Amino acid sequence: MTLESLQPGHRARIASIDWDALPPADGKRMRALGFEPGVEVSMAHHGVFGGRDPVAVSIGRMTIALRKVQAAAISLEQA
Amino acid sequence: MSDTIRVALLGNPNAGKSALFNKLTGARQKIANYPGVTVERVAGILTLPDGTQMEAIDLPGAYAFDASSPDEDVTRKVAQGEFPGEAEPDILVLVLDAGNLEQHLVFAQEVLALGKPTIVALNMVDMAERDGLKLDATVLSQALGVPVVETVAVRRRGIDQLKAAIAEARGQVGTLADRPKMDATERRLEARTIAKATVFQTSRARRIGDRLDNVLLNPWIGPLILLVLLFVIFQAVFAWAAPLSDALDAGAGALGAWVKAEMPESILRDFLTEGVIAGVGSVVVFLPQIIILFLFILIMEATGYMARAAFLMDRLMAGVGLSGRSFIPLLSSFACAIPGIMATRSIADPKDRLTTILIAPLMTCSARLPVYGVLIAAFIPARDVGMGIGLQGLVMFCLYLAGIVAALVVALVLRGTLTRGEATGFIMELPRYQLPSIADIAIGLWQRAWVFLRRAGTIIFSATVILWVLLSFPQAEPGESQVDVSIAGQIADGLNVVLEPIGFNREISLALVPAMAAREVAVSALATTYAIDASDEEAEAEGLASTLSTRWSLPTALAFLAWFVFAPQCLSTIAVARRETNGWKWPAFMVGYLFALAYIFAGITYWSAVTLGL
Repeated sequence: MTLESLQPGHRARIASIDWDALPPADGKRMRALGFEPGVEVSMAHHGVFGGRDPVAVSIGRMTIALRKVQAAAISLEQA
Repeated sequence: MSDTIRVALLGNPNAGKSALFNKLTGARQKIANYPGVTVERVAGILTLPDGTQMEAIDLPGAYAFDASSPDEDVTRKVAQGEFPGEAEPDILVLVLDAGNLEQHLVFAQEVLALGKPTIVALNMVDMAERDGLKLDATVLSQALGVPVVETVAVRRRGIDQLKAAIAEARGQVGTLADRPKMDATERRLEARTIAKATVFQTSRARRIGDRLDNVLLNPWIGPLILLVLLFVIFQAVFAWAAPLSDALDAGAGALGAWVKAEMPESILRDFLTEGVIAGVGSVVVFLPQIIILFLFILIMEATGYMARAAFLMDRLMAGVGLSGRSFIPLLSSFACAIPGIMATRSIADPKDRLTTILIAPLMTCSARLPVYGVLIAAFIPARDVGMGIGLQGLVMFCLYLAGIVAALVVALVLRGTLTRGEATGFIMELPRYQLPSIADIAIGLWQRAWVFLRRAGTIIFSATVILWVLLSFPQAEPGESQVDVSIAGQIADGLNVVLEPIGFNREISLALVPAMAAREVAVSALATTYAIDASDEEAEAEGLASTLSTRWSLPTALAFLAWFVFAPQCLSTIAVARRETNGWKWPAFMVGYLFALAYIFAGITYWSAVTLGL
């Protein structure tokens, strides 16, 4: 399962991140915000009108807005 | 000044750095660009309790020195003393969000590794407490090996202690402490360890912000709330500003009348009343609107709602190849394209940013309002079209809508052609909600108002004066029309050949020349044109609107409105676009495509109206 299919209010742990699928600048920014394997995340909000682009993800004590393409690069496992 | 100590503030975005900077330096800040890049340099004077003055700079927020944005690149270079022409800072003030230590301590390790005298401002401790966190600043200070001061910048808490710590650090200026240098993974681990030790109690208090977000970011209610908010903002910009603008207008009128009564009749008197006072007065009346719009924008930014608005708008903006980050610059452009174009700096992707700059002038800025206002008052009857909606308001709404739709279409076309590139990302931290301080908002408003007035006082003033000279010389013989004889009349004759096919008359051609400086000048230019043309005082006193309604046909008036939806009649915007794109290529393209659209749509409007027999 990848991050973009996580339902609002649900938690999971990051299993792996496909850095090669992301543009280098996006990867850098996501690393700087603490996205890395082993970290717990939860889905805070889905986007407007039921769409999933963008989504808001809770990581640490932050809420980060991401697009579907970025969230899809993050694989999850049970927390 | 060479022995002045330099203090630099740095930290993650959303650490409350700018609020802290405001409290340390006060309202007298110098805002400029770092040479060669479009990153804002904010500097001020920090006065210590003993009266010593230091130079303070507020570095752009950064997540890491390993830059993924131009902002972070500047922060790294300045902090390391590698930015050409920028003196190396002597003391660093590292601002950390007490409520998000684990994240903010990662960048802190990088900053501390520089070895410079550093003071940590553990900011927003009140919000951390509200979120159920209890912190021990002593533990943090021991772990980092530098002094830690607890602050709440927006409430002015801890500012004196921070100044005292800066005063203390003077003794270490010039020395370099040997602190561990780590790689990215080690920094994150270390940050986690220190944060765990510092935060000695975490209660799982449900954060107020989460509850707010459940409403404001609700997939259905959220966009609705944003729409209502935008409606309220525009209502306020028009309704609240009107009495203030009227008062300024009346003031300018009274000043003109007084000068006229006090001075003997002369060319100088005419110059002062008809040129200087009328011209500058016609521009200063926008100040209330600009201040009200920026009041809302600043509050939205300071509370943290602006990032939510960007989140809500991202889907729509993605539809035309942009991202939610373009929303803030475009919203600012409704006041004025200049701050709007400058706000595009927060867009990391260069093609996104360029596209946003190119479409920003299509947002209906407040300088178009007087042009729209005069023409609507003159040609659109104040009729009710049902459900309490006035026809005049409806036309105004359509003009705004035309600009927005045009901007979206142009963005879509540009992203498929000239600024083609892969779909850009949207990674944005949604900061915690915060009650802003009135002082911070006031400082922001003051800076915006000052930029606007300086512009009104120079470019627009000069344009109005030059137009007055062009219109007044050579002077007409009795029986001749002053406008026809003047230099400006001769320039307009040439321009008129091009503009006549789209329904413009010679007075319009005449007004468009000085209106290149700024759109609103078109109003004062038309007023000046018709005023000087009138032979007696009574006609001069007649309102511009009623004059126009007798002299222009309805198709001409509508074509003129259509022209102003598109035409890039603002030298300042073109100048800012040149600075922000580092060259003339893109501003030239912008001016070209906007004039082309203006000409085509004014023509279509004119001939449609004529065909319909309006």
